[in-house]
Amino acid sequence: MEHLSLMTTQVSTAQALGPIVLSPGPPIDPARSAGFVVELEAFSGPLDLLLHLLREEQIEIADIPIARIADQFLAALGDLGLNQAADYLDMASRLVRLKAQMLLPRSPDAEAWEDPRAELVRRLLEYQQIREIAHWMAGAVERRALRLARGYLPPAPEVPPPPLTLDLRELLAAVERAIAGILHPVMHRVVARPLDVEGATQRLEALLSRHEEFVWTEALAARPTVSDVLSVLLALLELARRGACSLLQPAAFGPLLIRRESPLPAA
Amino acid sequence: MNPLCQLLEAALFAAPRPVTAEELVTLDPDTTLDDVKAALEQLREHYDFDNHGVELVELAGGYQILSRPAFAAAIERAQLSLRPPRLTAAMLETLAVIAYRQPVGRAEIEEIRGVSASGVLRTLQERGLIEVTGRSEGLGRPLLYGTTPFFLELLGLQDLQNLPRAEELLIALQPPRPEAVGPDDAAASVPADR
Repeated sequence: MEHLSLMTTQVSTAQALGPIVLSPGPPIDPARSAGFVVELEAFSGPLDLLLHLLREEQIEIADIPIARIADQFLAALGDLGLNQAADYLDMASRLVRLKAQMLLPRSPDAEAWEDPRAELVRRLLEYQQIREIAHWMAGAVERRALRLARGYLPPAPEVPPPPLTLDLRELLAAVERAIAGILHPVMHRVVARPLDVEGATQRLEALLSRHEEFVWTEALAARPTVSDVLSVLLALLELARRGACSLLQPAAFGPLLIRRESPLPAA
Repeated sequence: MNPLCQLLEAALFAAPRPVTAEELVTLDPDTTLDDVKAALEQLREHYDFDNHGVELVELAGGYQILSRPAFAAAIERAQLSLRPPRLTAAMLETLAVIAYRQPVGRAEIEEIRGVSASGVLRTLQERGLIEVTGRSEGLGRPLLYGTTPFFLELLGLQDLQNLPRAEELLIALQPPRPEAVGPDDAAASVPADR
């Protein structure tokens, strides 16, 4: 149950450090602990992980058993699924190099021997100090947040709208309004044909039956539109073709005379 | 309260941030810095002796009227005010490095924390807690970062001297770097470490 022990110490770390350490990770089902996954944010970096391991083993930073810690660090990487993270791999490689350096025979002159771990120890202490400051700063932020300033106010939280109450008529009216607002795209407009040749023909025939002869303008309505004129023109031409009337223009550019043809005697 | 006291109270009430005594002097052409400081002291005593719900606090080099801590819980419960968004562990650690080593470049921050810092630096910059203060003379002339007055405001500090001193911390740095807070020392020793 190596995994479980890892987990429990981490929880206590989170409690000890207050707001600094983020979520301790999801609870673990021991049966599935092979897939032990911890969010990357659970440790804020390889130094954090290293400190965690040292704390767990209750090891003095000044005298780190490099071989053991290096192995545990690598194991933790596998367990935590962190092997993707370059920052962690960098630390892993440093530890492995240190482990190798510790195995080298020391020179007989003990004075000249420089502990290869010194740099790591210095970094760990430095990081621990930063952690302590960060912890203090988190507390300062908390204390400060208890004093509220006017300008400090963020915009007031938005009040959720009251629940919607509608009856059916209101709803339908709203639907109507919404639909009315929809613009229908105009593709093509079919317009009823304004030419009324049949009506014009009837009017002309009526005129012809009453008058022997009349001028073109008489056949038009009081204020003719273009389509009225065209309708009358087409009707005239049609009647002339049928032989119901003849079209005369006595003078050049003069008015057009419409004269009844002689079907009447025949009729 | 005398008229100057009233004027200062009005100005501090209206201002969204801490206001320095020098700024407050400009409120009245006939007043002096000493007058303003005396009036501020009077205003503070007025709030304290009369048991007001607010107090005059020295913050980020200036003065601000803040509600007293005792009422924070009730005000928050009534949702009249929201806390500023929390700072993550990464943000706090990065801020700690910058606060003590400023001006400091990204490489040194990453060396101390052992992780990449670009994302966190951007977030801190966006939240107005740090700013670019210059460029290093070193290779590539990297950007140097420092904390802003808003950082002091958020932590409730008068100035950077209010941060705990290295020797007050539980973990004192061992030789070869006894002075962790000296930026010169840090800049000189980091390349040598590599």
